[in-house]
Amino acid sequence: MTETSGRRATVTTPTDTQILITREFDAPRHLVYRAYTEPELIRRWWHANRGEIQSIEIDLRVGGLWKYAMKANGGFEFSFHGQYREIVPDERLVSTETFSGAPGVEALDTTTFTEKDGGTYLEILVQHQTQESRDAHLESGMEAGLQDALSLLEQAVRELA
Amino acid sequence: MARAATTTDAFNAVAEPRRRQILDALVHGERSVNDLVEQLGVAQPVVSKHLRVLREVGLVRAREDGRQRFYRLDAAPLREVYDWVRDYEQLWSERFELLDTVLEELKQEE
Repeated sequence: MTETSGRRATVTTPTDTQILITREFDAPRHLVYRAYTEPELIRRWWHANRGEIQSIEIDLRVGGLWKYAMKANGGFEFSFHGQYREIVPDERLVSTETFSGAPGVEALDTTTFTEKDGGTYLEILVQHQTQESRDAHLESGMEAGLQDALSLLEQAVRELA
Repeated sequence: MARAATTTDAFNAVAEPRRRQILDALVHGERSVNDLVEQLGVAQPVVSKHLRVLREVGLVRAREDGRQRFYRLDAAPLREVYDWVRDYEQLWSERFELLDTVLEELKQEE
C-alpha cells in the first residue's frame, strides 16, 4: 500500500475556533460511513492503539445520543459524547461533541463523506465556541497520556503492515 | 502543558489576526515600525501595541539602529503551537490507519 499525500491525515485550524481533519480512503463512501457509524466497527479503529475502548453507544437518528468511552494505556479514563443534529446517510453527519474532561464545553462536528476517484474523501470540521475550548480540544490528545503510547503504536502499526 | 489565560504565550498571541499579519510581514525579513505601518495600513500606536505583545512572548526581537527600531521574527515559540496540532494529527493518523484495515475487510465482504 503506497502512501500518497491524500492518504495522510491532515489537521489544520482554518479559524481561531475550528479544527479541520481530512483524509482520503481507498473504499466507497458507504463503507466509510458504515465504519464511522456502526459501534462494532468503530471499536476497531477509534482507540488508535492508545488504550481500550470501554463502550461505544450510538443512537443514529436526529436527536439521538452518542458516547465513546475509553481507558488510555496510562490508565486515564475519558469519554466523548454528543447528540446527532443532522444525518444524511453516506454523506453527512452533524453532531455535538463534549469531552468528559471539559463537561461544559460543546463543539459542533460536521463530518462529510465525498466520493473521489472511486474512493472517499473524509472531512471532519470541529467548530468550537471559543478559541480557548478549541485549544483545549487540541491539547486533549496529550492529556490522555498519548505520548507514552507512541512506541507501542509504532509496533502495532508495523504488525498491521 | 498548562498555559496562562491571558495573552502571555505564543498560542494566544498569534490568535489575533492583526498580529498574524505582522508576523507574516516579518517572515520576509526585518522591518521597521514605519515599514509595518505602511505595509499594513494601520496607525503606528496600533502596530506598536501588537509588537509589544509579540515581543513579550518572544515571537519578535527588536534591534535599535539610530533613531529607528527594527523588528524581526523569532519562530521558536511557535513550535509549541505546531507540536499540539502535530500530536493531534498523529492521533487521527493512527485511527485512520486502523480504519483502513476495517475498510479492506468490508470491501472483501461485499
